[in-house]
Amino acid sequence: MLVALALMTLPFALSAAGTAWVRITNLAILYVFLSLGLNIVVGYAGLLDLGYVAFYGVGAYVYALLASPHLGIHLPFWIILPIGAALAAIFGVLLGTPTLKLRGDYLAIVTMGFGEIVRIFLNNLSRPINITNGPQGIARIDPVRLDGINFGRDDVWFGLTVNGPTKYYYLLLLLLIAVIVVNMRLQNSRIGRAWEAIREDETAARAIGIDTTRIKLLAFAMGASFGGVAGGMFAAIQEFISPESFVLTESVMILAMVVLGGMGNIWGVIAGALLLSFAPEMLRYTVVPVQMAVFGRLLIEPEVIRMLLFGLALVLMMRYRPAGLWPLRARQREFSKQDVAK
Amino acid sequence: MSAILLEAHAVAKRFGGIRALHDVSLTIRQGEIYGLIGPNGAGKTTFFNVLTGLYSATTGSFTFAGAPLKISAPHQVARAGIARTFQNIRLFANMTALENVMVGRHVRTRAGVLGAVLRDAGTRAEEAAIERRALEMLHYVGIADRANDLARNLPYGDQRRLEIARALATDPKLLALDEPAAGMNATETAALRTLVAGLRADGLTVLLIEHDVKLVMGLCDRVAVLDYGEKIAEDVPEKVQRDPKVIEAYLGV
Repeated sequence: MLVALALMTLPFALSAAGTAWVRITNLAILYVFLSLGLNIVVGYAGLLDLGYVAFYGVGAYVYALLASPHLGIHLPFWIILPIGAALAAIFGVLLGTPTLKLRGDYLAIVTMGFGEIVRIFLNNLSRPINITNGPQGIARIDPVRLDGINFGRDDVWFGLTVNGPTKYYYLLLLLLIAVIVVNMRLQNSRIGRAWEAIREDETAARAIGIDTTRIKLLAFAMGASFGGVAGGMFAAIQEFISPESFVLTESVMILAMVVLGGMGNIWGVIAGALLLSFAPEMLRYTVVPVQMAVFGRLLIEPEVIRMLLFGLALVLMMRYRPAGLWPLRARQREFSKQDVAK
Repeated sequence: MSAILLEAHAVAKRFGGIRALHDVSLTIRQGEIYGLIGPNGAGKTTFFNVLTGLYSATTGSFTFAGAPLKISAPHQVARAGIARTFQNIRLFANMTALENVMVGRHVRTRAGVLGAVLRDAGTRAEEAAIERRALEMLHYVGIADRANDLARNLPYGDQRRLEIARALATDPKLLALDEPAAGMNATETAALRTLVAGLRADGLTVLLIEHDVKLVMGLCDRVAVLDYGEKIAEDVPEKVQRDPKVIEAYLGV
């Protein structure tokens, strides 16, 4: 109840610090979507995917193409999001099919290649027919419009000014609840158990009657569809997208969120995503003023400090919490040495 | 004589130049415990792996329950009604005992993604049935009190039992046990023997690979002996035991 109240009033509190913080929060929620989607593939089914951002890109471009002057199509968002999710799922199957026999490092390399292929396609599909508008990206994307409410503009309701990002915040919050519920239900189902079984022992899973081909493709498709939804919302919020947003480092970042929080545990993954989304922004707003106050001038760029801390965090994690900040109880045991079976 | 459940027709398996199985034919009757024995490397586990679809046979075929057994993928074999355990226990170590057995119900249930997300009445009922049945199986093998323990934390003997429970959860017509007594002490072996005999009493057909000759001779209705990938004997235990070819294979004379 308290959490709900806090979440409901959050954007107004943040607005006091600047609308930018509401935007940052919205992006953080998008990263939660992405992390939860990747968690299905990596955390549940145990398939290492380094090209996940491709599905984010697919979702974003689906939205951009179906709701912008670029192709002159303007569909409402509640039609586009499912299309984006479905297309991303199809791409997930496309990626999954040739990689069914691969595991671990080999799978990681192929998925990484896949991510790059999608990005390069987005970059070059401006000729011979201009589909993606190449590196310039697609601009003037329609904001979400729902029942006459335009999410791209400010409105005054009951004497309260509600700006665009705040409206998106509430929409994202609703989507987030849906995403979490879907995730939890999937984990705790016949399908979720089959994913876990494949992660634990693929041979035994096959022998016990699990069609591993189908179940793995399902994991890829389900994970990808979350990425598609996140991409669609990203395009709507930014109103501009270009291939630059869908680079390899994004995939790595999302994977880092999943691993940092604790693979397989929904709440851990959410915590990881929020932490890695907010921490750099916090730094951006504190590093410069602090240095100015202490040294009177800027000695170290915020970007440098960010990478420094990120590296330090990775090392400390490996040393002290290899299973993540908030691991799945099973994963925790997997990593602890004292508790080896037999 | 009871009906024939499984028939192997001249099954052969080669790995490059190595002849792991050479034209092995055998018949397993409904409701019997059929032992498959032989010295190390005789091809017993290879036969299991071919039967359950982990390897594809070089030549030969199987007839199961009156129909040709299509072995294109292991999960289809499980669906047809053959469940197995492994020589080196292969449990889902980081899942609970109950969850392990629930996974065994996968092949007999239907809920998909939509059912999982919507959690409609049908899916909830199926889920409850899966759990009920899994608990029954744990009771049957006698480890229901460990239902919520992680599989990896169970004692060795219980892990063997759990693997059998998981296999039983697939509603098999034929249960194939690959050296279930391996690594067990005398007490555990005796308990296992009671369990397997109980399976036969409940009408299940069992194919048993075993090293423990005493266990095989006391438990099996019929026994086949493999040596260098060939079947050298097949009969009731008392006769197989006195077969000069079998004695030679085991003593290496």
